[in-house]
Amino acid sequence: MSSTLQPSNLALFWAGVIAVAILVYVVLDGFDLGVGILFGFTRDEAQREQMMGSIAPFWDGNETWLVVIGASLYAAFPAVYAVFLGAFYIPVLLLLFGLIFRGVAFEFRLHSHRLRKLWDFGFFAGSTVAAFVQGAAVGAMMRGIPVAERQFDGGSFDWLAPFPLLTGLGLVLGYALLGAAWLVMKAEGPLRELALRRIPWLAGGMLGVLALAFWLTLDHSALARSHLGERPWGLVFPLIGLLALVGVLLGTRRKHDVLPFALTVLFFLSAFMTLGVMYWPYMVPYAITVADAAAAEASLSFLFWGAGLFVLPVIAIYTLAVYWIFRGKTHVGH
Amino acid sequence: MELDPVLLSRIQFAFVVSFHIIFPAFTIGLAAWLATLEGMHLATGRPIYRRVFEFWMKVFAVSFGMGVVTGIVMAFQFGTNWGVLAEKMGSIQGPLLGYEGFTAFMLEATFFGVMLLGRERVSPRFYLFACCMVALGTMFSSFWIMANNSWMQVPVGHAIVDGRVEPTDWWAIVAGAVMLVRWPHMLLGAFLTTGMCIIATGAWYVLRDIHRAEARLMLNWGLGLVAVLIPLQLFVGHLTGDYVHQHQPAKFAAIEARWHSEQPAREVLIAWPDEANERNLFELSVPRLGSFIASGTWDSREVGLTDFAREDRPPVLIPFFAFRIMVGMGLVMLAISWFGCWLRWRGRLERPRWFMWCAFLCFPSGFVAVLSGWFTAEVGRQPWVVYGLLRTRDAVTPSLSGGDVLISLTGYVGVYAVLMTFGMRYIYKLLRRGPAGATPPPPDATARRPMALAGEPE
Repeated sequence: MSSTLQPSNLALFWAGVIAVAILVYVVLDGFDLGVGILFGFTRDEAQREQMMGSIAPFWDGNETWLVVIGASLYAAFPAVYAVFLGAFYIPVLLLLFGLIFRGVAFEFRLHSHRLRKLWDFGFFAGSTVAAFVQGAAVGAMMRGIPVAERQFDGGSFDWLAPFPLLTGLGLVLGYALLGAAWLVMKAEGPLRELALRRIPWLAGGMLGVLALAFWLTLDHSALARSHLGERPWGLVFPLIGLLALVGVLLGTRRKHDVLPFALTVLFFLSAFMTLGVMYWPYMVPYAITVADAAAAEASLSFLFWGAGLFVLPVIAIYTLAVYWIFRGKTHVGH
Repeated sequence: MELDPVLLSRIQFAFVVSFHIIFPAFTIGLAAWLATLEGMHLATGRPIYRRVFEFWMKVFAVSFGMGVVTGIVMAFQFGTNWGVLAEKMGSIQGPLLGYEGFTAFMLEATFFGVMLLGRERVSPRFYLFACCMVALGTMFSSFWIMANNSWMQVPVGHAIVDGRVEPTDWWAIVAGAVMLVRWPHMLLGAFLTTGMCIIATGAWYVLRDIHRAEARLMLNWGLGLVAVLIPLQLFVGHLTGDYVHQHQPAKFAAIEARWHSEQPAREVLIAWPDEANERNLFELSVPRLGSFIASGTWDSREVGLTDFAREDRPPVLIPFFAFRIMVGMGLVMLAISWFGCWLRWRGRLERPRWFMWCAFLCFPSGFVAVLSGWFTAEVGRQPWVVYGLLRTRDAVTPSLSGGDVLISLTGYVGVYAVLMTFGMRYIYKLLRRGPAGATPPPPDATARRPMALAGEPE
C-alpha cells in the first residue's frame, strides 16, 4: 500500500476531528472512569457517595464522544473502522459491557438494597475493564496490526500479549490519576485528602509503566525510531510530559485545587502528541495512512456540510455548557 | 460441528438489532404523542392532558434510555462483524449511519434535556417547541436508518471504484423512490405500535377500574389514531410490495412461496414451504389472485423461485411466515380500531369487558408487526447484504473465527437479559401505577439517566 499518497484537505479535517475527539474522550471519560477505579479502593459510604456525585452530571455526556469517534471513523475512514474493530473484537466487546454495567450501576445502586454490593462492584469493575482494554488496544496498535487487503489479518486474541497488557495497566493507572486529580478539584474534606495522598503513587506508577513502554517501543520498532529520528523536535513532547508530572507532584504538595488536574491533562496531551510524532501519517501503524483510508471525497464533503459545520459545534457547545453549569465543588445531598 | 462465523454473526446482528428496534419503534410514536398532548394542554388548558403527558413522559424517558444503550452497541456491529461490508460500502453507509449517530446524540444533548428537566425553566411555548423538536428528531433519526437500509435493498447513486462504492448522487441515495416508500412505512409502523400500546394501557385501567378519565382519553385518541392510520399503512405497505416486485423478484417469490413461474399466478394464502423439494405442503391458495396482487391484472406472468440459481435464492420459510404475521397484525389492528370506534360512536366503548380484554391483549401487535416486517425485508434480501453488489458470506470480518462470535453472542445474550429484566420491570411498574399528580424530576436526572426520573421501583 502506498504511503506517498497525499491526504486531501477534507481527509485532514476529519483526521483532525477524530484526533481531537479522541483526546477529549480520553480526558473526559478518563477522569470519570478513573473515579470509578478509585471507587473500588474505598469502603467509606460517604466518600463513595461523594465520588459518584462528583461525576454524576458529566459521565453520560463524556461517553457521547466515544460515539463521535466511532461515527466519524466509519463515515470518513471506513477502512480504519473495519481494521480496528476487527482487530479489537474482544476488547470492544469488553468495553461495551464495561460501559453498560457501569452506566446501569449508576442508577440501580440507588434503587436496590439487597443487590447494592453487586452494583457497586459492577461500577468499579466496569470502569476498570473499560480503561484497561482501551490501554491494551493502544499498546497492540503500537506494536503494529497485521493487515491484508484492507482487513485485519490476525487472531482475535493477538492483543492479549505482554506489551498491550503493560499499556493497559498504564492507562488504568493514568485514568486513576486523572480521577484522583478530579476529586482534588471537586471534592472537600477527607475524600480530597485521600485523593491528594494517592496522586504521587499513581503518578509514579504510571510514569514507570509508560517509560518502560516508550523504551520497549523504540527498541522494538525501527519505524518509530526513524520517525523520531526524522523529527527530533518531537522529543519536546515527552519532555513536556515529564515536566507536567513534576508540576502535578508540586501542585499536590501545595494542595492546589486545579493545578494537579490541569497538569495531568497536559501530560495526557503530550503523551498523545508523542504517539502522533511516532506514527503520523499512519492511522493503523505501518499499514494504513490517512490518505489510504479516507472515504470518497463526495462522502467527506457530504459529512462536512452537515456534521462538520453543524453537529460538532453543537456537541462542543453542549459539553462546555454542562461543565460551566456544574463548575466548582460538588455538594452532596440535594 | 464447525462453527460458522457468518451464520453466528447473522444471528448476533439479528439479536442485537431486534432488541434495539423495540425501543425506537416505540419512542418515535411516543414523542409525537407527547407533543400532541402538550399541544392540547396548551390549547385547551385542561389539566388531564398534563397528567397524561407526565405519565407517558416517564415511560418515554426509560424507553429512550434503553434505546440509547442498545444503540451504542449497534454503532460498532458493522465494524466488528461485517468488516468487509464496512470497508467496501463505507463511503455510502458510513456517512448515513454516522449522521444517524450524530442526530440521535445531538437530540439527546439538547431538546430531550429540555423536555426532561426544563418544564419549570422555560416558557410553555418553548417547552412545546422542544417536544415537537424531539418528535421531529426521532423521525429524522429513523430517516438515516431507512436511507441506509433502502440503499442496501436497492443500491442507487453509486459507482464502483477499485472494488469499493463511491457516491455519485447523494440525492438519489437519501431521497430515492424506494426510500420514499419505505420510510413512511416504518414511520406509520412506529405510530401504530405506540397507538396500540396507548389503547392497551387505557383498556388495562378500565379493566382494573382505575384512572377512568385518563383511560378514556387514551382509548379515544389511540383508537382514533389507529383507525385512521391503518388503512394508510395498508396502502403504503402495498407500495412497498411494489418495489420488492420490481427490484427484488426473488424476495417477492419467497414471500409468496411461488416455486415455479405461473401465468396466471395463484396466491398462496397459507402453506408449509418445503425448501428441500421446492414445493408447498398443506397449501391453501386462490387462483389468479397472485397475479392481481403483484401486477394489478388477473393474468400476468409471475416469476417463481426455480427461475433463480439456488445460490441466488433467499430462504423461504422466514420471509413467507414473517410477512403473513405482519399482515395478520395489521388486520388485528384494523379490527380492534374500527370496532372500537364503532362502539365509541354508539357510546358504549368501555362496557363490553371482552373487548377491553382484546384491546389490552393486543399491546404487542405493533411490535410483532414491526419485527416481522424487518425479518421479511432482511431475510428476503439474502444471500445479499447489499443487493446485487456484495454477498453476506463475503461481507464478514475475515479474521473472525466461529468461536470468537460464539463468545460475543453469548455475552450479548447475557448482558441484554440483565438489562431487559430491569428495564422492562421499570416500564411495567410505571404503566401499572398509572398517571399521578405531576412530580418534579430530581435535579441530577439527565438524558442518559432516565431511571432517575422513573423514581423508586418499589
